[in-house]
Amino acid sequence: MRRMKFTLGAVTALALSTAAFASEVAPDAVDFTDDGVTMSLTGVAGDPVAGAETFKSRKLGNCLACHANSDMSGELFHGDVGPELDGVADRWDEPMLRAIVANSKQIFTDETIMPGFYSLEVGAHLNEDLVGKTILSAQQVEDVVAYLGTLKE
Amino acid sequence: MKRLLIAGVVLAAAFAGSGPVWAEPVDDTLEIDGVPMVTRTKAPEGHPFDEVLSGWLFREAETRDVERDTIENPGMIAVEDGETLWNTVDGTQGKSCASCHNDAAETMKGVGASFPKWDADSGKPINIELQINKCRTEQMGAEALPFNKGGQQELTAYIKHQSLGMPVELDLSEGDMQSWWEKGKDVYYTRTGQLNLACASCHEVAMGKFIRADHLSQGQVNGFPTYRLKSGLTSLHQRFRGCIRDTRAEQPKAFSDDLMALETYVTWRGTGLSVETPSVRQ
Ligand code: HEC
Ligand code: HEC
Ligand code: HEC
Repeated sequence: MRRMKFTLGAVTALALSTAAFASEVAPDAVDFTDDGVTMSLTGVAGDPVAGAETFKSRKLGNCLACHANSDMSGELFHGDVGPELDGVADRWDEPMLRAIVANSKQIFTDETIMPGFYSLEVGAHLNEDLVGKTILSAQQVEDVVAYLGTLKE
Repeated sequence: MKRLLIAGVVLAAAFAGSGPVWAEPVDDTLEIDGVPMVTRTKAPEGHPFDEVLSGWLFREAETRDVERDTIENPGMIAVEDGETLWNTVDGTQGKSCASCHNDAAETMKGVGASFPKWDADSGKPINIELQINKCRTEQMGAEALPFNKGGQQELTAYIKHQSLGMPVELDLSEGDMQSWWEKGKDVYYTRTGQLNLACASCHEVAMGKFIRADHLSQGQVNGFPTYRLKSGLTSLHQRFRGCIRDTRAEQPKAFSDDLMALETYVTWRGTGLSVETPSVRQ
């Protein structure tokens, strides 16, 4: 069932090509397979430049809070709660990177500290304004994944 | 799917290990006005860590130095304001704290090291802030102070400062303290908010690491109210609420059952550390 919805979504997305309202895969319909999330969440190619901004921004990805990244050595304060992301694209392919960013708990364990950026599996007492909302939009995830894809050694 | 990717996890762990910025808490000792502080001690039984460590050990050298020196410590102004309030008459009974408790240096010594304690009247743990309100309403005929207002933080800082250097030690055998400890433990390990993080995610699992510019400590409470160089005097429940807000969750009310349970449990996690009030943090 899940997969069917997903395929239909992708087909529609293709039909509409780059239209901004191309149907997105809903956060609870993302298909995590053994190979990761193999299809784009939006059907619109990710933009690595926008992805880098989302990655840095404290209001959006704030990925630097937990990950050092030499590609952004101009930015102050890289955390080390998670591993360095230098060369991350050599370690994981695109579907796996998409899965890690969308909901890392599907890839690592439930215990991971890394938040799920496109997931509705959230903690208790969720801020009222955020009910049903994900940290990043589907396109922002695609952009971040495209950016991560540039991190090769 | 989930646990198939052990190889990836191992790889991630290997990279984390080779990271450049892992920083141990410093090897340094703290004396305030000649009084030695215990900033590192063996953890009580049943504690997740072997050693409990004061947040002081995780701060930069300049921040640590400000706490060493009571003349420089801006939190001492709050302590002085608290002393004034201690001696100020308020309420219909024409009394001040000093009317009943006299010299705080004697009567309040050790109090700050042993709270929260069991309050049979309310059937709950009581902290210093609520004890102040209890005495105001029941003894002085004065209004309860609202959270963080009317000198609540200053009086609390003044009372806790009378225990400077004394080791934190709770009596969990009184009343239902043990079940509040359990409830607090549940709160500590419950993931909250959109970021789905528990206190333990940051202060236990990631303790010693950097989250952006912040060196994560064990989240100990022995220095509260604390003076934060970037935002001033900060009460304990304000800090709890701030950390919970940062997970993008609704903030529980100050002195709510959840936060009283949390205060009980987290205070126990710092058993043996010296009271540092008013501590200095970033
Ligand atoms: C609060 C901490 C935190 C934040 C914020 C965070 N991560 Fe992570 N991330 C981790 C941890 C921890 C791991 C390692 C997996 C584990 O141990 O559970 C990880 C692992 C990863 C990995 C796998 C790395 C490898 O070498 O195997 C990638 C890729 C990644 N994160 C990307 C991101 C991106 C992109 C963002 C922002 C959109 C982000 N992370 C935000 C904590 C975080
Ligand atoms: C008219 C007498 C009276 C006044 C005035 C008074 N208290 Fe008390 N205080 C008590 C009594 C009696 C107790 C013990 C019983 C209880 O917990 O209510 C107590 C207990 C305390 C304790 C706990 C001490 C311990 O060893 O556990 C603190 C702290 C305290 N008071 C602070 C204050 C402060 C601060 C003020 C002023 C805002 C104040 N009191 C005003 C009578 C008074
Ligand atoms: C997203 C990460 C994060 C979470 C989750 C978190 N904290 Fe914190 N907390 C911090 C940071 C960062 C600081 C400031 C640096 C430090 O002292 O660790 C801090 C500081 C503190 C302090 C002050 C320590 C001192 O020495 O003054 C206490 C107490 C504290 N946290 C308790 C808690 C409790 C209790 C919870 C759960 C309700 C919690 N924190 C959840 C990040 C977090």
